[in-house]
Amino acid sequence: MATLAVRRAPLGGFSFENCKRNSILESEANKVGFSVPTARKTGTTICGVVFKDGIVLGADTRATEGMVVADKNCSKIHYISPNIYCCGAGTAADTEMTTQIISSNLELHALSTGRQPRVATANRMLKQMLFRYQGYIGAALVLGGVDCNGPHLYSIYPHGSTDKLPYVTMGSGSLAAMAVFEDRYKTGMEEEEAKQLVRDAIAAGIFNDLGSGSNIDLCVITKGNVDYIRPHDEANKKGVRTGDYRYKRGTTAVLSKVVNPLDLELLEETVQTMDTS
Amino acid sequence: MNTRGLRSQLKDSVPVAGLCPQGSYGIQDSLRSGFTSVKNELLPSHPLELSEKNFVLNQDKMNFSTLRNIQGLHAPLKLQMEYRAARQIQRLPFLQSSNLALDTLRGSDDTIGFEDILGDPAQSEMMGEPHMMVEYKLGLL
Repeated sequence: MATLAVRRAPLGGFSFENCKRNSILESEANKVGFSVPTARKTGTTICGVVFKDGIVLGADTRATEGMVVADKNCSKIHYISPNIYCCGAGTAADTEMTTQIISSNLELHALSTGRQPRVATANRMLKQMLFRYQGYIGAALVLGGVDCNGPHLYSIYPHGSTDKLPYVTMGSGSLAAMAVFEDRYKTGMEEEEAKQLVRDAIAAGIFNDLGSGSNIDLCVITKGNVDYIRPHDEANKKGVRTGDYRYKRGTTAVLSKVVNPLDLELLEETVQTMDTS
Repeated sequence: MNTRGLRSQLKDSVPVAGLCPQGSYGIQDSLRSGFTSVKNELLPSHPLELSEKNFVLNQDKMNFSTLRNIQGLHAPLKLQMEYRAARQIQRLPFLQSSNLALDTLRGSDDTIGFEDILGDPAQSEMMGEPHMMVEYKLGLL
């Protein structure tokens, strides 16, 4: 006689049922020499800068899966609200889902208050969510936008700490990009100057870091206007093949020619109509 | 009827399943739940498991204590009474209830979190046996 069971209603959210099984599988696999598949990360260079009228956000476009490039042109600047955008580094799925959840929450909040959302609100929502999951959600973000109080730029770390600064960089190429910023940043830059500075910072990350590459995306946010430039610059072009293995007819001289015709008999001819209805 | 306070409802451990295996016929279902060991059953499998299980409760505790400090003892008591009333608005025992009144009281009716996206209870593959669930609820079991 089978036993019958009474279950408590399951709650939504993360389910930790398979954690033990996964750790057992991983240890078994490691014994045999097999490794479990890794999550796709965006080994990245992302940065942002505050200029006179607003914010310029920049990102490269390479997504890596271990040592292999998984996506040559992925989009790392995510939409949060019409006046707020967020660049994401770390695990690609985590940054994607986190920014989408916060974007939805911010929209509901804006509908409820009846006002344009502020960057500080988005920052607080993000840091509270990331702290709740104690760094297991691997999302390092650069959040920037222009609201009623002016332009704001925040950097948010996976464990939930945030910094409000005039220029920030995140990702594996952050040191290269920060070097460019530290050298050439000035307060109150013009838009073209700021775009050039961000472009150069991302290019520094692309050329000096293996985890970053491909094109440079820019997002310029000013009061009342957003310019999402994708791609702004193709720093890494795929090379064009200069040589060809095909040779012209007559490259090799023909010395003699022998023709053997094959005598084939037509045995049967059938017509099968296609069903083109 | 749960007459105890919030603190005693906090779960500080994961339920021990070794004593009551989940498979049918009362033995360990290796295909579905893997191999067993006592250590596995007693310790949480992930550092976040306990904190996530108790999250809503901890949040409520924090909110109530803040409310008590600001507005006096009556405010959290009144609210807890409303929570208790809202918690009783449920469908039949084996059906998933939306808990809309409870969500509205908590203020989580206009927020979206992982509990809304992942692991939707309405889509769970297993269902409790209706007769057993009703008998359990009525205390006849």
